[in-house]
Amino acid sequence: MKIVMAIIKPFKLDEVRDALTAAGVHGLTVTEVKGYGRQKGHTEIYRGTEYAVNFLPKIKIEVAVPSEQADKVVDAITAAAKTGQIGDGKIFVYDIDHAVRIRTGETDAAAL
Amino acid sequence: MTLKKLIGVGLAGLAALAVTVLLIDPSLAQTAAPAAAPAAAAPAALVINKGDNAWMMTATVLVLLMTIPGLALFYAGMVRPKNALSVLTHVFYTVCIVILIWVVYGYSLAFTGGGQIFGSLDKLFLKGVTADSQAASFSVGAPIGEYVYICFQMTFAAITPALIVGAFAERMKFSAVAIFIPLWVTLVYFPIAHMVWYWAGPDAIDAAAKALAAAGDDAAKKVAQAKLDEVMADGGFLFLKGAIDFAGGTVVHINSGIAGLVGALCVGKRVGFGKELMSPHSLVMTMIGASLLWVGWFGFNAGSNLEAVGGAPIAMINSFVATAAAALSWMFAEWIFKGKPSMLGIASGCVAGLVAVTPASGFAGPMGALVLGLVVGVVCLFFVTAVKNMFGYDDALDVFGVHCIGGIVGALGTGILVAPALGGTGIMDYTTGKIADYDFMTQMIAQSWAVCTTLVWSGVGSLIIYKAIDYTIGLRPTVEREREGLDLTDHGERAYNM
Repeated sequence: MKIVMAIIKPFKLDEVRDALTAAGVHGLTVTEVKGYGRQKGHTEIYRGTEYAVNFLPKIKIEVAVPSEQADKVVDAITAAAKTGQIGDGKIFVYDIDHAVRIRTGETDAAAL
Repeated sequence: MTLKKLIGVGLAGLAALAVTVLLIDPSLAQTAAPAAAPAAAAPAALVINKGDNAWMMTATVLVLLMTIPGLALFYAGMVRPKNALSVLTHVFYTVCIVILIWVVYGYSLAFTGGGQIFGSLDKLFLKGVTADSQAASFSVGAPIGEYVYICFQMTFAAITPALIVGAFAERMKFSAVAIFIPLWVTLVYFPIAHMVWYWAGPDAIDAAAKALAAAGDDAAKKVAQAKLDEVMADGGFLFLKGAIDFAGGTVVHINSGIAGLVGALCVGKRVGFGKELMSPHSLVMTMIGASLLWVGWFGFNAGSNLEAVGGAPIAMINSFVATAAAALSWMFAEWIFKGKPSMLGIASGCVAGLVAVTPASGFAGPMGALVLGLVVGVVCLFFVTAVKNMFGYDDALDVFGVHCIGGIVGALGTGILVAPALGGTGIMDYTTGKIADYDFMTQMIAQSWAVCTTLVWSGVGSLIIYKAIDYTIGLRPTVEREREGLDLTDHGERAYNM
């Protein structure tokens, strides 16, 4: 089992969700986050005073999938979230040790 | 402990105040003869026009609307979320405390005869005022109800100190604000209002002038002339200098603006100023506040005519035109020099325009107001950006840059735009009942007197009050409390529970 975690541009969320649904993903977790990468920050001006905003708002999505499905999910997210501009985000994939569905107590693959 | 201290300081302040009043104006120590105040002087025979009275009651609540929620929201939107309630509370508290002070002794100090700087205590606790009492407007024989006049002027006394709190927003503890406001209105606002706005009124002057004209022999003429001179001399210091201020450019805006700057300097910069992100937390709120200010300002400006005719429609159209002009000039200047036209820019320009047109509203013509608005939008933008950055003071919500500077532009602009040749109304001479001859230099000198007197009186007066509070209970919260936010540390609540 793998977790595919992606940081994407906020306005790309709906497209990514549609792409994941089409790829057979049945659930995901979304968090509003802030951060910076090569895009760094931007400048906001209030009454002439410039503020450097170093952390930009992004969306973090986490999808837990069987290991064999991970590449397909990564491709779907990459295709949907890409604008070609700096700041499109990143995808990380890592292993899951154990999973439990709280309602039924099912574990691992059955819990996904 | 803190509350006890607070009460102690308050009492000491009141005692000091009483002494000051007596020192400044020894006549207060005597039982003064009934003054020829505009209110008391109006003969009972005059009939109050129902339309005028209804308009003034409406204008009065419009000015309240400017302050709460207008100004309160305008300010609260510009601070960080942890200090939103703090600013709202400062404004709301100011309105309430000033209303009480006004009816106890404020109205009497500001709007009765006595000295040229302070009035008297003849109307302490509104003594002698009844539902039938009358207050003069600017026309002969057209009074309004004195209670209405008291309430109208009360709302001006309330909004002026409320403007100041924007300068030291996010870093002055509530107990310090709670003491500052009563002391400031007493020692600064009431005398300035008296100096600029108190006069014997049109009816008294008209009656004295008619008596002089009717006087038969030389002896009678001499008596009548003496009476006229006495009536003409019964006014505030700046009024007698010939300064004109229709709705409070000096009294309200320069007055609060300079007090704000002194406050920002006395209390110091916010923790993290210039290093941390201090962006406004809700410009939506600020836009709502600015719009309510604009709507309420019609009560402020057009209401200052005290009648529903004459200067009121002029003030109304000027308050539309100058405001729109300033909002656009600020926004376009920002677009040109800073790259983007901003919501905060157009809202700030709107307020700057309203400030500048305040003293000119009943005197300038609409085209004069248009020019005034275009000028003030750019001047204020220059002050809140270039000048503020150059000197590095933390006037948090630009009370100085918008109100003091806008007020000065307006006060001096009024001296120019009142000229009939520029479409202005000219200035009424009540002894002849005609518009007086306009002289540029005379008027500008008078306007400068008003500007400088207000700057000095308010600057020095405010400095003394801030320092007195700083040395007793202190102005600032601890750094930890300031970091946590005044909403929680001063008021025990937060604006947003989400």
